[in-house]
Amino acid sequence: MSPRRNETGGQIDRLKTIRFTFDGVPYTGHAGDTLASALLASGVTLMGRSFKYHRPRGVLSAGVDEPNALVTVLRGTAREPNIPATAIEIYDGLRAESQNRFPSLNWDVGAVNQLASKVIGAGFYYKTFMGPVIGPLQGTRFWMFCEHFIRRAAGLGRAGTVADDARYERMNAFCDVLVVGSGPAGLMAAKSAADSGARVILAELDPRFGGSANWSGETIDGARIADWASEIVNALKGRKNVRLLPRTAVWGYYDGNTLAALERVSDHKETAARGEPRHRHWTIRSKSVVLATGALERPLVFPGNDRPGVMLAGAAQRYTNQFGVIPGEKITLFTNNDTAYQAAASLKKAGANVATIVDVRIDISDQARALAASAGAELIAGHAVCETDGGKALSGIRIQRLDRASGTLTGEPRSIQSDCLLVSGGWSPVLHLASQAGAKPEWDEKLQAFLPPKPTQNWSGAGAFTGRLATADAILEGHAAGIAAAGGNARLMEKPAVEPASVNPEPAPVFEIKAKGKSFVDFQHDVTADDVRLAHREGFISVEHLKRYTTLGMATDQGKSSNVPGLAIMAEALGKPIPEVGTTRFRPPYTAVSIGSLAAERYGDLKPERLTPMHDWHLAQGATMYSAGLWFRPMIYGHAGETVEQAYVREAKAVRETAGIVDVSTLGKIAVQGPDAAELLDRVYTNIFSTLPVGKARYGLMLREDGLAFDDGTTWRLGQDDFLMTTTTANAGKVMQHLEYFLDVIWPELKVTVTSVTDEWAGAAIGGPKAREILAACVEDTAVDNAALPFMGIVHGKIADVPVMICRLSFSGEMAFEVYCGAGHGTHVWQALIDAGKPFGLVPYGLEALGTLRIEKGHVTGAEIDGRTTARDLHLDWMLSKKKPFIGSAMMDREGLIAADRLQLVGIVALDNRPLNGGAHIVEELDEENPHGSIGHITACCYAPALGKYIALALVQGGKGRRGTRAYVSDPLRKRFGPVQIVSHHFFDPEGTRMHG
Amino acid sequence: MLLTCPYCGPRDVSEFTYQGDGNRQRPAPEAQDLQAWNEYVYDRHNPAGDHNEVWQHSGGCRSHIRVTRNTMTHSVSSAVPARGDVHHRATERRKPGAKA
Repeated sequence: MSPRRNETGGQIDRLKTIRFTFDGVPYTGHAGDTLASALLASGVTLMGRSFKYHRPRGVLSAGVDEPNALVTVLRGTAREPNIPATAIEIYDGLRAESQNRFPSLNWDVGAVNQLASKVIGAGFYYKTFMGPVIGPLQGTRFWMFCEHFIRRAAGLGRAGTVADDARYERMNAFCDVLVVGSGPAGLMAAKSAADSGARVILAELDPRFGGSANWSGETIDGARIADWASEIVNALKGRKNVRLLPRTAVWGYYDGNTLAALERVSDHKETAARGEPRHRHWTIRSKSVVLATGALERPLVFPGNDRPGVMLAGAAQRYTNQFGVIPGEKITLFTNNDTAYQAAASLKKAGANVATIVDVRIDISDQARALAASAGAELIAGHAVCETDGGKALSGIRIQRLDRASGTLTGEPRSIQSDCLLVSGGWSPVLHLASQAGAKPEWDEKLQAFLPPKPTQNWSGAGAFTGRLATADAILEGHAAGIAAAGGNARLMEKPAVEPASVNPEPAPVFEIKAKGKSFVDFQHDVTADDVRLAHREGFISVEHLKRYTTLGMATDQGKSSNVPGLAIMAEALGKPIPEVGTTRFRPPYTAVSIGSLAAERYGDLKPERLTPMHDWHLAQGATMYSAGLWFRPMIYGHAGETVEQAYVREAKAVRETAGIVDVSTLGKIAVQGPDAAELLDRVYTNIFSTLPVGKARYGLMLREDGLAFDDGTTWRLGQDDFLMTTTTANAGKVMQHLEYFLDVIWPELKVTVTSVTDEWAGAAIGGPKAREILAACVEDTAVDNAALPFMGIVHGKIADVPVMICRLSFSGEMAFEVYCGAGHGTHVWQALIDAGKPFGLVPYGLEALGTLRIEKGHVTGAEIDGRTTARDLHLDWMLSKKKPFIGSAMMDREGLIAADRLQLVGIVALDNRPLNGGAHIVEELDEENPHGSIGHITACCYAPALGKYIALALVQGGKGRRGTRAYVSDPLRKRFGPVQIVSHHFFDPEGTRMHG
Repeated sequence: MLLTCPYCGPRDVSEFTYQGDGNRQRPAPEAQDLQAWNEYVYDRHNPAGDHNEVWQHSGGCRSHIRVTRNTMTHSVSSAVPARGDVHHRATERRKPGAKA
């Protein structure tokens, strides 16, 4: 006998049938259904297996507080685990899968864990796997042995392994009043704030606005409250000063009244519309906020309280009234408060068979008695459920008389047949956002719940959030809060007539029924009441420690249903009142947030890319591109059939033998201008620039304030007060910021401006024995011979009618020139150089060949200037001026920075003639089995055509003194071991005769 | 968190780069007192309350500003240009949208 769908009633469209699958089995539902409601309507009550014990679980709630029914949604090749079935809107083609079961949900091998449950209580991992290694199966070594199996057995859904191809967006929004939650209180707040002329955003977690109006079954001034809510929503829709955000979880409350929200834009659709993102992240700045986030019903803790068929009373009311699904054939209720009676009456009205109401209290209010009578239910007062029967589905409950004073059960248990037990343990306002905003919740003895604290930021609350669970009160409070938030003048509102009359929501202070068996507090993490007491016995007093030791409230639901019961049990164990035990602070997010939405356009096809002016030319020539930060640069210009190594060796060889050209537009370029420009350069570079003549360039090195090397590059003096500084590609931004900081904060008296001109100039470096001849063939208006253009000289001229600036400097070690022109002329000038070079055998080369040429020369880059090396480590101490102070000069000679055993730059030659790897260790003695004793590491490596060997640059302890000695490369990760020779980093042409030519 | 750039007005913190503790005193360039340099480079105040900081409006006008920020609440009680000589410009700031 399965639960069924009512023929009328609710907010679903019975004319629209939607087909989906759960664990591969096809089901149908209706538009407006959640996965949970559609499965319940189809008679499915088993929806998941628990985290630790693999116990069968059904759906407990009807909202985002769901701890049990977590599923994985499959979309194409992507899989998204751990989504509550209660928060998934079904769509045609939805594929959902249950989790943490093998081989199937119905028959799960992992359920044997229940037999071992005595052993794997709270703290099992700590006790078993921490501490010293004694035998072969103890402590951390045991953990490493078991980890694989444990990780497979425990846990929730499996994450996908393919890249997420969905699109995400970010949005900023500003408003006067943000209303969070659209139940009767939130709706009224939004309406009255909008009526006062404020710009309003109304955010609702669910697809439908209205909150409890969708399922309370009440009437307001004679009309159905669901219709009343729809009317207000429709009126708000048309207003220019109102933005409605459905499917939007406001999940974080930050300083300055900044709130974060996640809008699930297209999760409920089979395919997203063109250009539509999957999720949209909202940053909302609001002058004031109205929190109308409602309250969540708490379960009671008793043995077998997790059996499929046990459900929150309010959830059953929602399934019945919103989705037209009655969750059982013969329903029983178990409660400590009057609100469950309302649910019973409401269910009965919709056609349910409510057989019995079990109440822990002896004195039952007349109002509750009347509701029980109207529900046609037998009322058993002063009793409690002490066990549930059934396997994977509830078949009955057992009840006993409860002595509340002592908390003991007496008398013979009485069995009651039932396939659905509804529980209500009172209500907890959803305080998460208020707590995040900075204040501690306050315990309310009457409601047995934490209530919102005094606002520390500009927010107010309304409705169940403030503890006002009666709809009429919530409407009045929402109305007033909306006007106040908008800064409007208070307008009186008559109290609406809501039927049926509200009940007193104050529960009896009963959280747990102590009896033999497993009583779950945190369903999702399988934390039982006994686990909480065990933690107390083992000395955990602080609620924060309790949480971490038992993992209570640390599952994906973040303890929405377990927080207060867990605290109450701890308080009892401690013999303290609940407020003295306190509560843990709520942290963002309130509900799960996709990482993609936070990354948004900064990832994937919306990430910015920087392309040099010659980018298209490189692509047309078949270059393999390489990303360097945001830049794209040619790696090699490979010919058909060439390997990467063959290509860069050919290119590098061409530079040494004839000539090569490389795109250097990505180098950072900063115009340093003003009367004090030279003075600034003297202060930031280790060497002197004020003596540099106009028309010459100089290589410079910068240190950080702490004396470590920062960046290097050449700076050209274009005029008396006009310098062009170049930086490494990677550090362009950092160097700019460094200069700006010193000019603004430390030396505001210097008359200098710095301007980033990286994107204004296109640059080509042309080098090799034929380079000068090629330039001579195409440059006009200037000579390029040794007299006109000596080493480090600068000339201005034209190439193909375009003005260019040429500086003779060399990174490759060959006679070389850097040719700069306006970025817009980049390809034009580049093409002219290529054409002029054709008769000479000019070859374009990429980053791999560039790297090879510089390694052969022993020039350093970011791989060596890695933030840990000093100028001396890199043999650049000749650049440290003794005539003037500079940034870093005071700190660079500290003891540790001049020690003899520091890592110093050396050259490495592979003696076994095999390739070396970056990051590989250098060791004195080779031990492949137990690698140890690293004396340094390789920073850059290549095959050097100029030497015919595999070589590398490395940073090695006391490297200078080891030149000429033998060592070994040890790279256990890539299984590369072998003998090497440590040599000078100047492998090729150490005298520099080739570039000085 | 919002920071009020003296030139650009209130802007989101994501447009700014934190440039360090504003209490640091850089010793004279020639100073040899290693202790003073150590304090400047490494020692930082970490008050629970008002803190003097230097921020750069790196995603905007790129000027540096001296900010007094409460580390408990993120409330900013003062934000002035780091270059003392440009104080007057802040008061002449054009209204957003005004023609030059």
